[in-house]
Amino acid sequence: MCDTCGCNITEANRHLLEKDGKLSQTPDGHTAIDVLHSLLHENDHQAAHNREHFDKHQVLAVNLMSSPGSGKTRLLEQTLEQLGKHFRMAVIEGDLETENDAQRIRAKGVPAIQITTGSACHLDAHMVHQAVHDLDLSQLDIVFIENVGNLVCPASFDLGHHVNITLLSVTEGDDKPSKYPVMFRAADVLLITKADLLQVLDDFDTAVAAKNFRQLAKANPVIALSAKTRDEGFQAWIQWLTETLSQHRLRIAEGEQVRPAIQQDGQRLHQHDGMSEHHHL
Amino acid sequence: MHELAVCQDIMQQVTQLAARHKAKSVSLIRLQIGPLSGIEAPLLETAFTIARAGSIAEYARLAIETLAVKVYCPECASESVVSADNLCCAQCGNWQTRLLQGDEMILRQVEMDMDDVPDPDISTSRH
Repeated sequence: MCDTCGCNITEANRHLLEKDGKLSQTPDGHTAIDVLHSLLHENDHQAAHNREHFDKHQVLAVNLMSSPGSGKTRLLEQTLEQLGKHFRMAVIEGDLETENDAQRIRAKGVPAIQITTGSACHLDAHMVHQAVHDLDLSQLDIVFIENVGNLVCPASFDLGHHVNITLLSVTEGDDKPSKYPVMFRAADVLLITKADLLQVLDDFDTAVAAKNFRQLAKANPVIALSAKTRDEGFQAWIQWLTETLSQHRLRIAEGEQVRPAIQQDGQRLHQHDGMSEHHHL
Repeated sequence: MHELAVCQDIMQQVTQLAARHKAKSVSLIRLQIGPLSGIEAPLLETAFTIARAGSIAEYARLAIETLAVKVYCPECASESVVSADNLCCAQCGNWQTRLLQGDEMILRQVEMDMDDVPDPDISTSRH
């Protein structure tokens, strides 16, 4: 339900919208209306629509978030290479400028749609919707959405994806989960990347990074990996992704809708949708 | 940095609401924001002065209620107020807590000025 097309008007609240319905007034003479919607209601509505597109074709949509330079594109290149024979994949690339990342993906023989956001620091559901229409979802198993490199803004926007991957490279510091709790709380899996550099770094402790992540009440997996060397951690990531895809297909077959860890208040609010707009009494 | 985008979404919702109720103008917009929503109230207020320009809410006031971060601990069955970067139970230290409050970004209420001619049905329904 939404407040765009009128589907939120039910028998229970219809009288409130009619001219002779009960409207309340504040002491200074204004009319007050309770809304109880997410501040990103328009975005969330579009995101739900995107998710329906993905679900219709049983496609798993994966959102990758991290700071710039933590290795999102590198992880994708290696993942596409390893899984290319097993799954049909495509990538939506979000960057402020350039087609560089999309070109790197296309070099692997995988379709890539580049979204250049200009000065916008995050992708939103409307941008992703446009990109989705340039992909033939009926021919795909997984769509990766590489968000704009930024540890703040992307966490607040539901794109219509199913899972969030948050990357933290070892050169960034193990205190990042504590510094950016909103971003790391959104993670369905935390990947500690560039682990091959750990042998030359004495100031990053994966155990400390994991502890800071757990302090955000996160029980989700933490995997330290090197996409460059395709180490054991990288294989664990591949296994996680493959299992997530099979579970996703089972859930879709059972008619369930899978949502990422973010936008929890949106989920809570959704339960109120039947009475989402009522006048203050 | 994304507060302007959030404001634009709010303005879309408010404009539609005002049109549906045939309001003359919007006077007040009440929001509830939790520290784990990723939205900074001062930045949102600044962005709002840009987003409201030329709209039906041009002279509207933004009232932001900031909510505390609260968790529930299933281990010791207690609720505690905690900081955004450490959601462990304040009583027993257990990290596997459930967030009760603190990630909200809610458009709570909108106050509008209706037509100049008072509707008798409206004026008699004050509580």
